[in-house]
Amino acid sequence: MSKDIKRERIAKRVGMELADGMVVNLGIGMPTLVANYLPAGADVLFQSENGFVGLGPVPETGTEDRDTTNAGGQPVTIMPGGACFDSAMSFAIIRGGHVDVTVLGALEVDAHGNLANWMVPGKIVPGMGGAMDLTVGARKVIVAMEHTAKGAPKILPECTLPLTAKGQVDLIVTDMAVIRVTPAGLVLQEIAPDTTIEAVVAATGAKLTIRDVSVMPY
Amino acid sequence: MKNKITSASEALATLQDGMTVMIGGFLCVGTPEGLVDEVLQKGIRELTVIGNDTGFPDKGIGRLIVAKRVKKAVASHIGTNPETGRQMHAGETEVVLVPQGTLAEQVRAAGAGLGGVLTPTGVGTVVEEGKQKLIIDGREFLLEQPLAADFALIKAHKADEKGNLVYRRAARNFNPLMAMAAKVVVAEVEEIVPVGAIDPDEVMTPGLFITHIVRA
Repeated sequence: MSKDIKRERIAKRVGMELADGMVVNLGIGMPTLVANYLPAGADVLFQSENGFVGLGPVPETGTEDRDTTNAGGQPVTIMPGGACFDSAMSFAIIRGGHVDVTVLGALEVDAHGNLANWMVPGKIVPGMGGAMDLTVGARKVIVAMEHTAKGAPKILPECTLPLTAKGQVDLIVTDMAVIRVTPAGLVLQEIAPDTTIEAVVAATGAKLTIRDVSVMPY
Repeated sequence: MKNKITSASEALATLQDGMTVMIGGFLCVGTPEGLVDEVLQKGIRELTVIGNDTGFPDKGIGRLIVAKRVKKAVASHIGTNPETGRQMHAGETEVVLVPQGTLAEQVRAAGAGLGGVLTPTGVGTVVEEGKQKLIIDGREFLLEQPLAADFALIKAHKADEKGNLVYRRAARNFNPLMAMAAKVVVAEVEEIVPVGAIDPDEVMTPGLFITHIVRA
């Protein structure tokens, strides 16, 4: 399966977790695609941590506004009803529990709901940006990522990389499965239509509780 | 009252080597590029720079990094400027990475006269190292100290002659917070209007915080 098809599947499945009236922050990269797959009729308010709510689609070429960009610096639009604010207000919204769902990518996620996505010591140290605040503050944290990195499991018994946040992840959505994080560990909730429970278990480093597994709709 | 409108070179006349400078902007949206030009032209070195990110190699704070004017950078993200990471790994520049919301509150705390803020962000990560932890209502918080500066270089869309500021869209970001947290605050603005032309209800940063106004 191509990378694009994997990403589309993940984004579509994450989209099912969103509902009308929610305030949602999508991380840079693949999580951004989730905005294309909202449930029918759902009015979702997207927050952009650089300072506004009402994040809308990419503008048509030639109509970009240099002051209207997303947290990745790309030109975007602000929908009618949007609101702009400073970084303290932006993170009061995030840290204060006013964001219903955040969707982030991960380098590693583990059985305790720990997330590592901000650095690889000695190699790449981009910084945490808003990720630590988002994972601590959002009511529900969804990790959206490919199940493995070149075949190596990214879902582990314990993260080996420096953590972004401890025990904050609620749901993991990958191209192979949907996994819930519970106090008792990881529960396999769904598998993709083109895989098997055995294949998911083999591609997962952490122990999965397997009970009433359904098939992902995509 | 003293006229606040001046040139970039006069506004930064007292900026010296080794000072701490806050620079507004988020990936260079809302960064006062004209004031960065002036810092470069003045030949100022050994700066401690506080900003959301270190921009791009050819934009914003990134230009100060590339020109080796920065001794220490405090930022939440350096990924868009590979030169910052290179200097950090080579031990040429000290880089302190701070969660974005924590950085905003540290700057706000300094401006608001607070002794610090308690945040849950960073608990259980390397961010907590060396910091005091307090338990409030059963939950762990980190004590993060205020961040103040000698100069704040900020960008706004519009100022009146008293320095009342209006920002546009996502260009607001750290600018209003930095305006409160430095001894000298220089606002680079697109437009200067007469006093009274901005309705008091529309003012985002009260002019009392602003030392100098420089036209972009």
